[in-house]
Amino acid sequence: MISGLTPGVTPTLVIGGYLGAGKTTLVNHLLRHAEGRRIAVMVNDFGELTIDADLIEGAEGGVLALAGGCVCCSFGSDLIGALQDVLQRRPSPDLILIETSGVALPAAVARSARLLPGLRIEGIVLMLDAETVRQRAQDAYVGDLVRQQLMEADLLILNKSELCSEAELAELNHWLKTMTVPGTPLIAASQASVPPELILGFHADQEGGKPGGTAAEVAKWAGQAIGQRPLSAAEVFVNELVSLPGPLDVGRLLESLRDPDSGVVRAKGWLTDLTGERYLLQLVGRRAELLPVSADAASPGPDRLLIIGLSGVYVRGQWMPTIESSMP
Amino acid sequence: MLVYPTTHSQADPSTMSTTIFSARKILTMNPSRPQATHVAVRDGRILAVGSLDELKGWGPHELDDRFADKVIMPGFVEAHAHLMAGGMWRYTYCGYFDLRDPDGRVWPGCQSLDAVVQQLSEAARRQPDGPVLGWGFDPIYFGASRVNRADLDRVSTTRAVGMLHASGHILNVNSVALQASNYLRTGMDHPGIPLGSDSLPTGELKGPDAMMPAFAAVGLDRSFLSGDEFGVRAFAKLAVRAGVTTSTDLAATLLEAELTSLLRITAEDDYPLRLVPLLRLLGGTPAQTVVRAVELGKQSTERLRLGRIKVVADGSIQGFSARMRWPGYYNGAPNGLWYTAPETIKECYTLALQHGVQVHTHTNGDEATELALDCLAGALSAVPTRDHRFNLQHCQLADAAQFRRMKSLDMCVNLFANHHFYWGDQHYNTTVGPERAERMNACATAQRSGVPFTIHSDAPVTPLGPLFTAWCAVNRLTASGRVLGENERISVADALQAITLGAAYTLRLDHEIGSIESGKRADFCVLEDDPLAVDPTALKDVRVWGTVQGGRVFQAPQPV
Repeated sequence: MISGLTPGVTPTLVIGGYLGAGKTTLVNHLLRHAEGRRIAVMVNDFGELTIDADLIEGAEGGVLALAGGCVCCSFGSDLIGALQDVLQRRPSPDLILIETSGVALPAAVARSARLLPGLRIEGIVLMLDAETVRQRAQDAYVGDLVRQQLMEADLLILNKSELCSEAELAELNHWLKTMTVPGTPLIAASQASVPPELILGFHADQEGGKPGGTAAEVAKWAGQAIGQRPLSAAEVFVNELVSLPGPLDVGRLLESLRDPDSGVVRAKGWLTDLTGERYLLQLVGRRAELLPVSADAASPGPDRLLIIGLSGVYVRGQWMPTIESSMP
Repeated sequence: MLVYPTTHSQADPSTMSTTIFSARKILTMNPSRPQATHVAVRDGRILAVGSLDELKGWGPHELDDRFADKVIMPGFVEAHAHLMAGGMWRYTYCGYFDLRDPDGRVWPGCQSLDAVVQQLSEAARRQPDGPVLGWGFDPIYFGASRVNRADLDRVSTTRAVGMLHASGHILNVNSVALQASNYLRTGMDHPGIPLGSDSLPTGELKGPDAMMPAFAAVGLDRSFLSGDEFGVRAFAKLAVRAGVTTSTDLAATLLEAELTSLLRITAEDDYPLRLVPLLRLLGGTPAQTVVRAVELGKQSTERLRLGRIKVVADGSIQGFSARMRWPGYYNGAPNGLWYTAPETIKECYTLALQHGVQVHTHTNGDEATELALDCLAGALSAVPTRDHRFNLQHCQLADAAQFRRMKSLDMCVNLFANHHFYWGDQHYNTTVGPERAERMNACATAQRSGVPFTIHSDAPVTPLGPLFTAWCAVNRLTASGRVLGENERISVADALQAITLGAAYTLRLDHEIGSIESGKRADFCVLEDDPLAVDPTALKDVRVWGTVQGGRVFQAPQPV
């Protein structure tokens, strides 16, 4: 359902975070809202995963078959082997989510997964427990690990934020900025309920430019921004499709999208640079990459950008001039 | 409540036949009757030990003099090995030191890279097709030069060739294997895959993540790692040769197929070994794992003892993945990795104490040891338990204060004595520095602190051989000849205790095995020489004739 870049290269995200941060809650939430995507979830072990029973259609070996063509695979101590197996499944998955163990360093997991030519790492999403993350980061045994995890994140999801006061969240927000790479977006959430597109990327209808990829759709995912007052997702996220009129300076565009003040947290785009080369742009939090689209790839449609931004921070007008000025 | 397997036969002793073995000397390891000349065996158990006159009182018997010129000890107990040590013999040995295979053939050590290439080339000639795989390679003895794919291309340019290092953490492969693993390309970016001047991988693959994608190409089946039939049988032959009658497998997945296979093979009349496989905490929650261990415990048989759990807290010291307390690694390497979360370890301990399940925890670095001590202290506060005998495995860097805490928490420890010989120089020079290298695997401190302890090989990481392991604990010599920690050396008698009754105690089997006394299993190690009479520096050279296991006699295959 996702229009892949080249056949046989499966987009993959790493979901990290210490014990109890809500990684499994997030995975369940994403599986429930796969919207036709065939997701393969890799978990360290089934023991930690309490997949909602109604999602499970069957079990065989280390693989759970889930509703809608999704699968869940436990990898134990052999992630690479399990990934090799999952890449050989037919139909092949549209997307792989690797849920790491709580004590894993997600960048190391990403680095190892990248050894397999059949997949492409899009980014590292780190789940945090708003109540305990600061204390964990000071823990005598795991403090260095938790601090390292923070530095490796491309996108932070501050889960259980409803359990903190507004003042606590503000302080936490400030502290996290000192503990992460500048420009790492922070999304507050409750019950890991974030717009699925934020992690999964955009689904086919959205990519095709059909209506639906709008704030109204995202509003189903009531989240909560930094602040005590519960907010609707519409107030938290902007989700839009921008048609691009023609070739542009993709380097400059990338720069403006990655600007910490841009408010852009997830983007996918099909672009043409000034020399006429076409690219696929993928952005997850602070990580963005441009991949050349081969000439023989299936037609990816007109040049366009799909963006999820943080409401109140993301302002379309801030980067549109960049695009316009970068056109010949 | 602690659960012991009940496997004693209740047959009426008076109707069973009795064999009395005579010996040059019997070292019983029972301090109240330390030496004897005869041991009477009935129904696989020791009826009595003493002089022939004393034993005659038990009635009709058959006198067996085949050990009349030999020394009998209790069968050795290896408390930390892996069945994989048997399975490795599917492949070609490439180690530096001479080594005997399960059938008794001596494989000469490869003391140069040319010798390794020759050994693998001969293996390639013996088997006409398929991949060629070597194991046991240890480049630290060859100086600084690294092996690269061109070296192994000399073995074959048409077949995949691989070579596993002794540590188990590095695999060298040739160009064909790189190609088959999709590795022979530019742009590889991984710390475990060094690149050559041509921007292509050199063929050295470090760490499981870098190695595993190449396993299939070099003929390493992933499933073999959990122990297969060939391996289970080959391991038992190695055990007979080493005088071992009981060994752990640390650790196993013990899924249904593996369990069925182990139950079947160990039940065979001529299987010479009692196996104690530990269930690894991996792939399930602590609660699921403890429940599984309890269920497994109920399936225990005379020669397959189940129901214990293994937890892995950190990595290895020579791999810089062990968790170290301040001041960390001597060469400044960053601290290592946690393999299991502290919360998970503590939960596992608490549940295991509640259900009477024994837990063995792998800790290499001293921070990992500290964590295990903290977790157990917390778990014991919640579930006060006597005589739980939780073990620390390896526990290489523990300091004296940590041994005192082990004592206060009623813990046992299994120290990795062999490490000094194989990696002691590296620890002294690079990983932990002189002072802490000298306190590694501190047998004398364990003894002074009153912590029950044993010593191990971690086969196949180092070869299975309790007498060699005892030699290491007695002499603490490194490969270069340095005495590493002279004040941590122990006596021969204490080392022999550690590989018999000491090991049995740590496994909660000391009421059945570990010494030669009435009522216990007739498990013996039969030696050509008296280990108490030889020079302590020659302890490793004491010759093993074979074993008696459950009253059944097993002679080690004769050297070719």
